[in-house]
Amino acid sequence: MSDLLEVQDLRIRFPARGGGVSVPVDGVSLRLARGETLALVGESGSGKSLTALALLRLVPPPGVIDPASRIVLEGVNLLELQGEALRAVRGGRIGLVFQDAMTSLNPVISIGEQVRETVAAHRTLHGKEARERAVALLDEVGMPGASTRYRSYPHELSGGLRQRALIAIALAGEPDVLIADEPTTALDVTVQAQILELLDQLRTSRGMAVLLISHDLGLVAGRADRVAVMYAGQIVEEASTSRLFRSPSHPYTRALFGSIPRLDGAVDRLVPIPGAVPLPDAWPPACRFHPRCPEVLARCSVDTPPVVPLAPGEMSRCWLLVKGAK
Amino acid sequence: MLAPRQRRQVTALLEVRDLEKRFSTGGLLRGARATVHAVNGVSFDLAPGETLGLVGESGSGKSTVGRVILRLTDASAGSVRFEGVDVFGLSGGELRAVRRRMQIVFQDPYSSLDPRMRAGPAVAEGLEIHRLLPPGAIAGRVAELFQEVGLDPSFSTKFPHECSGGQRQRIGIARALAVDPAFLICDEPVSALDVSVQAQVLNLLADLQRRRGIAFLFIAHDLAVVRQLAHRIAVMYFGRIVELAPAESLIRSARHPYTQALLSAVPEPDPSRQRTRIVLRGDPPRPTEPPPGCPFASRCFHQMKNERCLTELPPLRVVGESQVACHYAEYDSVKPAAISLLPSVPNPRLPTPNS
Repeated sequence: MSDLLEVQDLRIRFPARGGGVSVPVDGVSLRLARGETLALVGESGSGKSLTALALLRLVPPPGVIDPASRIVLEGVNLLELQGEALRAVRGGRIGLVFQDAMTSLNPVISIGEQVRETVAAHRTLHGKEARERAVALLDEVGMPGASTRYRSYPHELSGGLRQRALIAIALAGEPDVLIADEPTTALDVTVQAQILELLDQLRTSRGMAVLLISHDLGLVAGRADRVAVMYAGQIVEEASTSRLFRSPSHPYTRALFGSIPRLDGAVDRLVPIPGAVPLPDAWPPACRFHPRCPEVLARCSVDTPPVVPLAPGEMSRCWLLVKGAK
Repeated sequence: MLAPRQRRQVTALLEVRDLEKRFSTGGLLRGARATVHAVNGVSFDLAPGETLGLVGESGSGKSTVGRVILRLTDASAGSVRFEGVDVFGLSGGELRAVRRRMQIVFQDPYSSLDPRMRAGPAVAEGLEIHRLLPPGAIAGRVAELFQEVGLDPSFSTKFPHECSGGQRQRIGIARALAVDPAFLICDEPVSALDVSVQAQVLNLLADLQRRRGIAFLFIAHDLAVVRQLAHRIAVMYFGRIVELAPAESLIRSARHPYTQALLSAVPEPDPSRQRTRIVLRGDPPRPTEPPPGCPFASRCFHQMKNERCLTELPPLRVVGESQVACHYAEYDSVKPAAISLLPSVPNPRLPTPNS
């Protein structure tokens, strides 16, 4: 599969307290092929959502993307785009679905109108045609009675239906890439299952690439083709979903699995990761996981671990995988 | 004291009977007046040192049950007996005395802790209000409590915003423990925490129960989290308990279709063991318009579902080891018995009647 979207060495800087610089996203590289789902998994503060915003050039000021970073969508570096060309990508070729539909929808405009606006902004449809397209999109995302619900306001809908409306808006620009940032975190588990099902169906029917961002490894297990695990602004492991769950190579990934409560097997005492996730202005030196790592080596606190390629598209950032490092 | 995960018949510490909580909505300028039955006919017992998990989705009434038991809000009907005393009949000093024995830990300690109060005084507050120790002994006791919840006593000078989410939750737990409760309500105590930290807090709660013999009402939406601590699990839907059973029996052989759907929706962190996935169609009924029959009927996929489910409310009744509110709890909900935790064919979609 050829890559649709390629992120190379993405670095985002913010001015830090006391005049320094903090780098909450520090050298992230990703590849996304058409029709594939890549999950970006990490705890709060890992930089996963900021990475998503950067793909749309929406990093909030005073944050800046390092000029040496590259975000390439089918040969075009998005970081070089301006004006109309940039708008065609934002909400057009790349669609974004946020976690909280209640705050990302406009409360005083009906959901149908919000879909129609986006259709009109990205396509040459107007008037009745745009409206019909909006109804079709609402129908495509499983909004029951789409032509009636067109006139509903966000507060009149359940959380699951609001999320569907938001997905319809993201689809209005006919995106090649859909970024779903914690799309189900605010929803109940039974509704969560419906929304993930919908995203899967849309990926297949439209041939989109999906970047699924989540804090929940369990949630991405049944949904993603590949998983990239983020910790403290870096991708520490990237692997096919089956390999990641069968034999995680990075101690952080292994530790995450040990701390997840499960429904199968006996009830064992959980193995927590000691300490807390570090903050961007206080990333630990060398390996950023070393203060919490159960398998830490002497050199982990001194030397930055290399990116160790394990297979095509698979890597791990850990000294344990370097021969002779112990 | 009950060792974790062993269950014995012990005299109840807490007896909840036919609990009801109604809220009025609407009225002047806010649409039509209506009554919402947030909690309806909820009954259960809790033994000393036992954990009852109370599971449900948002709006199921699970948090309201906890608040009503503590009298943080008044019940509309029903009774709660704690250590043999009718909690709803108490006032003044007697109520204060009972409240000391019943404590609560909230989901978000950031909003339940006073932002201007340092951690030490926050933990000491209960000791002072209930005059449990002479003033000179309080500082030493607070330091012990910090140690018990795994915090360095130097934390006592910190403000909530200076602490991480996990540390704040530990402060919230220390605050509840200070007054030596026999019963602790944990209302979504780990849902705001990162997974790596969530496990720390769950282990801490398990240790506290083992050490102190405190009974827990553990309220959460995540069955895998609840399973970690609960001896028994009650599942709520639309204000009612629809299934109550010993934890392992509920997880392995849930009888209510809603419990089965909840179980199948819990993400399985192993792609080779993906469970049969039940994706519910439809929405729950509107809270202001309770249906005459089973509240789950609008989303139910049970093969035996029929007219009776739409007209006749199924009572909570004993079936095997469980109490279940389903007319057809004795029968498999899908054919053949497809819902299990065994490895299954990848993602067959179950047909549902109203899809």
